[in-house]
Amino acid sequence: MNLLCVQCVIEVMSSLLRVILVFAAFTGTAYAISTADHTKFKELQENFKSGPEVTRACIKCHTEAAKQLHKTKHWTWEFLNPDNKQRLGKRNILNNFCITPQSNFAHCAACHIGYGWIDESFDFAAEENVDCLVCHDTTGSYRKAGDNGGLPRETVDLTYVAQNVSSTSRDTCGACHFYGGGGNGVKHGDMDDSLAVPERELDVHMDAVGEDFTCATCHKHVEHDIAGSRYAPEAAHSEDYHVHRKVFEEEDNAHCRACHGNRPHKKADKSRLNNHAKKIACQTCHVPRIARGGVATRMTWDWSTAGQLDETGEPLKKHVDGNLVYHGKRGSFTYAEDSEPEYIWFNGEVRYVLLNERVALNEDGYVEINSFAGSADDGKSRIWPVKVFRGVQPYDPIMGTMVVPHTTGLDEDAYWRGFDWEKAITAGMLSAGQPFSGKVDFIKTQMSWPINHMVAPAEDAVGCDECHIKNGRLKDIDGIYIPSRDASQKLDLAGWAIALLTLVGVVMHGLGRIVSYLWSKRSCPSE
Amino acid sequence: MSVRVMIFKRFERFWHWAQAGLIIVLLFSGFEIHGSYKILGFEDAVTIHRTVAWSLVTLWVFAIFWHFTTDEWKQYVPTLKKVNAMIRYYLLGIFIRAPHPFRQTMLRKHNPLQRLAYLFLWVVISPMIWATGWAYIFYARWEDFGLDQYLTLEQVAFFHAIGAFMMLVFLIAHMYLITTGRTVMAHMKAMLTGWEEIDPEHEEK
Repeated sequence: MNLLCVQCVIEVMSSLLRVILVFAAFTGTAYAISTADHTKFKELQENFKSGPEVTRACIKCHTEAAKQLHKTKHWTWEFLNPDNKQRLGKRNILNNFCITPQSNFAHCAACHIGYGWIDESFDFAAEENVDCLVCHDTTGSYRKAGDNGGLPRETVDLTYVAQNVSSTSRDTCGACHFYGGGGNGVKHGDMDDSLAVPERELDVHMDAVGEDFTCATCHKHVEHDIAGSRYAPEAAHSEDYHVHRKVFEEEDNAHCRACHGNRPHKKADKSRLNNHAKKIACQTCHVPRIARGGVATRMTWDWSTAGQLDETGEPLKKHVDGNLVYHGKRGSFTYAEDSEPEYIWFNGEVRYVLLNERVALNEDGYVEINSFAGSADDGKSRIWPVKVFRGVQPYDPIMGTMVVPHTTGLDEDAYWRGFDWEKAITAGMLSAGQPFSGKVDFIKTQMSWPINHMVAPAEDAVGCDECHIKNGRLKDIDGIYIPSRDASQKLDLAGWAIALLTLVGVVMHGLGRIVSYLWSKRSCPSE
Repeated sequence: MSVRVMIFKRFERFWHWAQAGLIIVLLFSGFEIHGSYKILGFEDAVTIHRTVAWSLVTLWVFAIFWHFTTDEWKQYVPTLKKVNAMIRYYLLGIFIRAPHPFRQTMLRKHNPLQRLAYLFLWVVISPMIWATGWAYIFYARWEDFGLDQYLTLEQVAFFHAIGAFMMLVFLIAHMYLITTGRTVMAHMKAMLTGWEEIDPEHEEK
């Protein structure tokens, strides 16, 4: 009874602390301790009217910051895959969520760390175009508008924000990364706003009243270039771990091994789990399910049903269980929450279907917009959890290529205003500089998203039985023998048959002895 | 008038029963790992299987030492003499209460069929289980030993399971055949107390 009370008290205290932390986050109390108090800096005693004005003030002291950022893919939205030389990055690839920012930068650049990327005329060389505040705000009051290439909303008190800057936080990274795909938790399945102030059960490292990791605790940076890449990730950690092919110091890497080493299971009865590391990524067991924080993640997106308007002429919207399942501008969606991911062999090689490529369907009838390579025997693959996102989206049936729809904007070509796919795609492909036949059809697509976050405490990791069983989590993983899943059926049939025959044989033999004994008793009762 | 002969000495009885218990636990946990049923849960089954397997290895170290220092290994030297008589006895004689064709002594405690069966157990079934079992345990080190080019886990598991099925068949037959002594419980008593009652009238011819 006493123990129970102590537990209650601890629970209540930790809940209180959590509430205080949430409150602190929203009221702008900076709890990071710094040697610099930006409210006292004379450069910041100004009535800032625009983002670039703030940046000019920042770089008076932080002279190299903007130059450093100019080299990162947070700025360029471009990434050259060193393995297959594909030119990737947000500005080049397409996906099966909002499809592509091309021809839609004014809207999509709300998640660019710059000011004013509306079209190709954006000046990537201008230092003042770097948005320092979106990553370094501590007040929670900074917001970018959604229609002007990433400029701050007019309601933001820029002087107040500028005087209250500090290190990045789960909130600042999350301001974009939690909302990938156009909404909270939509895209990744392992990132949503439940990670802003997570409990231990949701993320053992980020636990707001425990280890309290921020994103940057693992995603270390060198000169503002942040470790971690899903364009060319390292699926199996080699001795020298590379993060987008730039060798970082061991402790700088955004992977489990940087802290946990190669044999992380220390307890004697768990040590054989270390042997699994040759075949299985840490995440496979330690991120047991996706969307565990109470926010559903989107699993499918069907653009082909878009276009329905309600009686007032506004896009029709439908919700089920609080989730948007239909939107006239975007089509139909389905969701999953707290669900098992899919598992694949993955060796870190990712290939994208780019705009100028003819598409091909996989055996399930989907275009794999990104395909993850890997197999049991290439020596560099691990079994990885992935969220597979499936969609239906427009393509050009004559050219056989994916297309750029111009969705956003105030012009009549924009799909979200005119609801005319041919016009929207003609405008989009013109803007992207790609040929378009003028015909639009829809095609099934899929993308894979590696699952890394929402790492559960060890006691909640995937249990042995969930894979060491027929039709378990790894039922589709081929090329390896999994005890309990893969026993030879012929051997089992033969083995059990022989054992059963032996049993029947000895029982018959025993019955024979009993019968003969009784028989002898009857025929020679004197004995 | 029967005489009591000490057939199974104390260590031998300890060895036999400890081994019997360990093998039964190994079969039970092993077939769960194999995927035949879910009772303990895979993780516990593996933990138990491993611990018990190493216990049996330890027991075997002592048993092998005992067999050589006491010359008891000679009990398993095969002979074909009277094998036919034994087979005839089990197929026929036992039902008509014919005399047992074999007489136990300290020097020859196993009948010829037993000798063959146990020899098969020691030189075929057990080595197969041990070899594949160790390969299983050290799976993660195959690369270090260069074994990964020659072995797959599938083969190892296959032969380990064949060994297990043979052990199961042995166990079933063994547990029945111990009822075929002078009385139904005679062999059981002998293995518990060490003493077997031997009928001197059935003198070996």
